[in-house]
Amino acid sequence: MQAQIKVKRFDPEQSDESFFQDYSVDVTDESTILDGLIKIREEQDGTLGLRCSCRASICGSCSMRVNGSAKLVCKTRIKEVAPNGEVISIEPMGNMPVIKDLVSDMDAFWSKVRSVDPYVKTDFKPEAEHIASNDSMTHLLGVMNCIMCGACVSECTALEVDSNFIGPAALAKAYRFVADPRDEDKNTRLSKLNGNDGVWDCTRCLACVEVCPKDVAPMERIVKMRELAIEEGYTNTSGFRHTDTFVESIRRHGRLDETRLALESTGLKNISGLIDLAIIGLKSLFRGKIPPVLPHRPKDFNKITSIVERLEDKRKD
Amino acid sequence: MYKHDLLIIGAGLAGLRAAVEGVRQGLNVAVITKVHPVRSHSNAAQGGINAALTDRGDDWKDHALATIKGSDYLADQDAVEVMCKEAGEALIELENMGVIFSRDDDGKLGTRAFGGQKKARTYFVGAITGSALLHVLYEQSIKYDLHIYEEWFVTKLIKDEGRISGAIAFDIKTGQMELISAKAVVLATGGAGRVFEPSTNALICTGDGLSLAMQAGAPLMDTEMIQYHPTTLSGSGILISEAARGDGAYLINSEGERFMENYAPDYMELASRDVVSRAEQTEIDEGRGVDGCVFLDLRHLGKQFIEERLGYLQEVALEFRGIDLSESPIPIKPGMHYIMGGIKTDLNGATNIPGLYAAGECANVSVHGANRLGANSLLDTIVFGRRSAVSSVEYIKSIQDLTPDERLLSREKSRIQSIIDRPKGMRSSELRLKMATSMTKGIGVWRNAESIENTSQIMKNIRGQLSNVYVENKGKIFNTDLVSFLELEFMIDVAESICQGASARLESRGAHFRTDITSRNDLEWLKHTIVELSDQGMNTKTSDVTITEWQPTERIY
Repeated sequence: MQAQIKVKRFDPEQSDESFFQDYSVDVTDESTILDGLIKIREEQDGTLGLRCSCRASICGSCSMRVNGSAKLVCKTRIKEVAPNGEVISIEPMGNMPVIKDLVSDMDAFWSKVRSVDPYVKTDFKPEAEHIASNDSMTHLLGVMNCIMCGACVSECTALEVDSNFIGPAALAKAYRFVADPRDEDKNTRLSKLNGNDGVWDCTRCLACVEVCPKDVAPMERIVKMRELAIEEGYTNTSGFRHTDTFVESIRRHGRLDETRLALESTGLKNISGLIDLAIIGLKSLFRGKIPPVLPHRPKDFNKITSIVERLEDKRKD
Repeated sequence: MYKHDLLIIGAGLAGLRAAVEGVRQGLNVAVITKVHPVRSHSNAAQGGINAALTDRGDDWKDHALATIKGSDYLADQDAVEVMCKEAGEALIELENMGVIFSRDDDGKLGTRAFGGQKKARTYFVGAITGSALLHVLYEQSIKYDLHIYEEWFVTKLIKDEGRISGAIAFDIKTGQMELISAKAVVLATGGAGRVFEPSTNALICTGDGLSLAMQAGAPLMDTEMIQYHPTTLSGSGILISEAARGDGAYLINSEGERFMENYAPDYMELASRDVVSRAEQTEIDEGRGVDGCVFLDLRHLGKQFIEERLGYLQEVALEFRGIDLSESPIPIKPGMHYIMGGIKTDLNGATNIPGLYAAGECANVSVHGANRLGANSLLDTIVFGRRSAVSSVEYIKSIQDLTPDERLLSREKSRIQSIIDRPKGMRSSELRLKMATSMTKGIGVWRNAESIENTSQIMKNIRGQLSNVYVENKGKIFNTDLVSFLELEFMIDVAESICQGASARLESRGAHFRTDITSRNDLEWLKHTIVELSDQGMNTKTSDVTITEWQPTERIY
């Protein structure tokens, strides 16, 4: 069958502008998008730039946007994406500069990985191997499956607005050490990850979980590290205050007290933060969007508070 | 010009292990690699890494004997001894670095069975052992703040008065070409699978190091020894790990029969790879296959077991064939997987050229001989990667400051430019495919004088056509068209050397099975084939195999 593939081209030696180029290529039912792109490069257009290597979803080279969302093209069959010969759109990953065509500049990606001190830190020298439960190792296998393809970073909505955010890939990598029973630096790691640009910057949009080709579920690792950070006593963060006020508000009012949530999350001693908040408050006021000073009590108030109580009891267990 | 003590070409397991050692020894080390380190093909090793741990009642000598028998007695036994003795330490060090090896009930390292060995001594991380090791060694490279030339392509090794003095390479991202001066170079460029089609190997496995070494004057050894892995997918050639059979999967033919009973009644599916591949090919040739395949059957292992221990295999089967391994057998066939042959080195990774070392798949210290055991390749990279760096230290200390001739760089620049300037011609991919399919056809599971000679002729023709290839991409930034052509030049050297070795060896041994001479001939051929480049082309000679305590006997599984 013929696959119709339009590729976003960019060659800084030729022009500052990118453009789409259409290709038509003969493929089989089994062909992956990577097979198609390689065929284009080998038979039609030697100037097409892309990275690829293993063809078996283990090297992480060929992450790119397929119809707007990042995928490993080596494990995406053309027939799945375009069962009736629809045009497939291929673009480089998002949230990264482009070197050429489908080749993304991953320098920032790797610097962020380096920033989490991604190696086991321990002074303990066992006589042979460390003794560890198979469960703890199998648990880490979930993160070790990460092949650093960049798909999660490509689709991260928090990175889109804040390029300083460490991001899902590096944070999932960090979790691999936080949760490694052999690592002796868990506390320092959590203290660092708890800071600016760290675990609390994730907006929990689930995009990373959805696009990860290896089921690493970066967001779940990030949420887990938030919990661990709180357990270790790192509570002086807007993230923790947000969580805490959120629960308190539901317990007290049966619904969200948005004014209080905003104030408490920012921190009542955080003057510059409060000034920023005041400006937002004023803008909301002019647009008629300011929440009520005290939230209305919902009619299922008793039911809601009993749910909160049950959850609290469960947590204490 | 950049300057280092030790330049390592390749950032897979052998390269990174060598680099970490070099830094620990206080050298100024740099690694140069044509892809980011974690994209290296060490990733693709699935099953595990062998080691005989004495505290588990295992004995390195048993591992050595299995390796030597697996090699069909072509391995140099002193090298095998080194590898098997050092295996325990290498494994424990990897664990201490942070590899998340599977554990047994006591929390100690757990094992799985693997081919050609009666004892289970393969340590593993699910079915992603290579990837798990590679990522941990990359972690170590960050810990040691290793200097890495990422996405740089080496075109040439340079020498000064017979000694190695560095390499010439260009940055693929910018096209900038540089001379990198180094007192010693370790080649750790991996395999050459793309010389064949299909192959389990990644697209980057183009035998660069083998060609670079040969061009610099280092001989290759036993190049005819090409491993066909028993379980690969038809078409793409993607690998299904031996871990499946290690964990109990069956091989069945179209009649549902476990045919290995007829070929290796004692070891069954876990006989050596060459033996299993020949058995499968015989079944297929005699009409007991389906569409050129037999089947790998995991159904009796159960879904939970498969997903926990063989998760990546299940992913590959589902993604590439739409098959759930717990429900249906998967069609597989023998496929080109590994080159046992390579750059001839001594026990310390040193070649015949002062300052030039090699380790891992591109090297041939001769631990695999005529057939490699599964899970010995990772071990090979770690043990000999480390040893090559260690042995370079003394040499590097003895070398005064080098001043390589800068004219070499301008000469190489003009050579590359003249390739780019060719106005029109054929595409390199066309020649690559012709070379690779011809190699699979002529130097396959079976081969004979005629097929070898034919293939050899085709390779000579293809070499003649190299000057007709043009590079469509004239740009400097990420010019993979140029890279593909330069890789093809490397591959043709490797392909020809393979034909040379195959043509020279007048017996059947391990992976080199000739239908015209079907038996092993220890009297005349307990020997390595050596291929060297001279002004007249490639020459072949032989050298003796080192036997320590295991005399060759009949090889029965």
